[in-house]
Amino acid sequence: MILQNVIWAITLTGMGLVALGFIYAITQAGRPADAAEAARANRSSTTLRRGLFLALLLLSVGVTWASLRHFPIPLQHEPSQATQVVDVVGHQWTWDVSQTHLTAGEPVEFRVTASDVNHGFAIYAPDGRIVIQTQAMPGFTNKILYTFHTPGTYRIMCLEYCGVAHNGMTAELDVAAPGDKS
Amino acid sequence: MSSLELYPPDEKLPRGEHVAFNLYMITALLLFVLMMLLGLTMRMTQAEWAPVQAAMFYKIMTMHGAGMVGTMSLASTAVMWFFLRKYVSLHLWAFVSNYVLFMLGALCIIWAVFVGGFASAWTFLYPLPVHSMGLWSNGAAAIFMIGYLLIGVGMLLFYLDAAAAIIRRFGNLGRGLGLQWLFRGEIDPNHPKAVVASTMVIIANTLGILAGAVVLVMCLVNAYDPEIALNALVVKNLIYWFGHMLINATIYMGVIAVYELLPRYTGKPYGISRPFLWSWAVSTVFVIIVFPHHLLMDYAEPRWMLVMGQIISYAAGFPVFLVTAYGVLTNIHRSGMRWKMPSMLAVLALFGWAVGIVPAIIDGTIRVNQVMHNTQWVPGHFHFYLLLGVLPMILTLLYHVVGSRRRAPVNSGVDRTGLFLYVVGGICFCMVFLYAGHLSVARRFAAHLPEWVPSDRAGSIAAMVLILGMLLFATRLIVGLLKAPADVDPAHRTG
Repeated sequence: MILQNVIWAITLTGMGLVALGFIYAITQAGRPADAAEAARANRSSTTLRRGLFLALLLLSVGVTWASLRHFPIPLQHEPSQATQVVDVVGHQWTWDVSQTHLTAGEPVEFRVTASDVNHGFAIYAPDGRIVIQTQAMPGFTNKILYTFHTPGTYRIMCLEYCGVAHNGMTAELDVAAPGDKS
Repeated sequence: MSSLELYPPDEKLPRGEHVAFNLYMITALLLFVLMMLLGLTMRMTQAEWAPVQAAMFYKIMTMHGAGMVGTMSLASTAVMWFFLRKYVSLHLWAFVSNYVLFMLGALCIIWAVFVGGFASAWTFLYPLPVHSMGLWSNGAAAIFMIGYLLIGVGMLLFYLDAAAAIIRRFGNLGRGLGLQWLFRGEIDPNHPKAVVASTMVIIANTLGILAGAVVLVMCLVNAYDPEIALNALVVKNLIYWFGHMLINATIYMGVIAVYELLPRYTGKPYGISRPFLWSWAVSTVFVIIVFPHHLLMDYAEPRWMLVMGQIISYAAGFPVFLVTAYGVLTNIHRSGMRWKMPSMLAVLALFGWAVGIVPAIIDGTIRVNQVMHNTQWVPGHFHFYLLLGVLPMILTLLYHVVGSRRRAPVNSGVDRTGLFLYVVGGICFCMVFLYAGHLSVARRFAAHLPEWVPSDRAGSIAAMVLILGMLLFATRLIVGLLKAPADVDPAHRTG
């Protein structure tokens, strides 16, 4: 399951539902209601708004709990259990990566910083989708903990605009299958 | 407030106001078209249809970002002024000073970008403005920042005048916001929505502009004395605090046009209510504290701020969906709506705002941001609520005003064609961005990978259709604004 596809489906559903609300109201807009109909519509509108409030509240609380229960960002000042550690420094316009050969199935800790300006450290999977990212900032080290599940060549790209050669600031990571020493 | 005193008694624009309003809006319309053409150039460059070098691409990107944010602010300020002056006594000099300082600031920015070569994006993240690798000088960076400062000072002058006027009329800003009715008391049905929204904008955007001024001065000091180094994370927080409030304020200023004008076309009262006042009260707080959702990928940021960024992003959706959008839908439902250009644009504006914040809110989730941050998902959602939300709010007022100069709402086939092109082009343009974002296409890249080019081409075509619609609007509106005012409310005329 690709996370971006799930996000895309949820987004289209949400946007579609809002659009349906507008389409419904617009199709009804041309027919004026008489006093009795207006009073009835007013009552049902208040009830519907309360229902929507409750639904949105439950949805927000549920998603917050589900998405933050296991906090998606590792603790930054505590040692991790990673068996592979990679130091990354962003420069205008290259990546200095301490280790580019990694093994799938074992957690990797990326310690990301920058020597000059802000950069964005994003790892693209062989299928072209981002799997994880953080900012590379001068004066700070941001720590990512990530386990590659699929072997292959991953591409590092800069996702924070950093000057004229920003889009050419790339590097590669070779991720081998567990037990593959080639 | 038992009776509503109006200044002026109707919406007519006396000579000085008429000239000032025209200056604001004609400038804004011209700038919108120019900035859209710059945006199209960027999309066509990515589509490999325009031979633009990277150095020029990033200058255009900087100009497009700063220009669009500035123009949105300029035009939505005029919307706020147009309606707020009915309820409180504003000084024309403050409104005109804002325009003059905006133009001076704009000249500085244009000079810095196209003569000085400054290309640090509109967000000028430290230390890029002083770390150009020889492409621009610190002087060019300083001129750019001085341009921002001039624009900020102008806005602050306008807000201070508006704040003083609201305090004179209502006693304090809290009463302007309607806080006295949050828990108890009979709400004054005549309390103007324009005053509630304006008070919120004044409070939030004044804080934002002050934060912007602080960070600009810090960066200027650093530009001239690099020994005085800045904390990159603190600077980033201040920039996004300022930037987020500045662009959000445009929506809250623009929506006043919808509140004021839509009921005239539906014929249904759009009364003030306790949920409405609550929504503006909490939105005031939310818009001030939601900015950490721009820093979700800065893991060095305190964890509580990242959590706050996510939760407040969700919470900020409640007032938009449940009060403003829902209020508009109930107002038009079974109303016998008169579909004229202003009313169609007002409904489009709320549609663009409400639909556009869906992907924005989803991107406020930390786990989602880890795969969507700085992809084209981001311009996808903000173009949705700026192009299809804020700009139609501004156009709503302009079509209404132009209608008042013709004694009837403008509603010709040309206008409707413009609207059709604008809506179809705009929706396609934004959806292509979102689609590309879910494919991980990076934003702010001068050159794209071959597999990204098809979406760039689709986006370019959509942008051309959109701009065609905008050109029709701009032409019609500029000609209309230059006609002598007839000073009637076109919503109450047939035509």
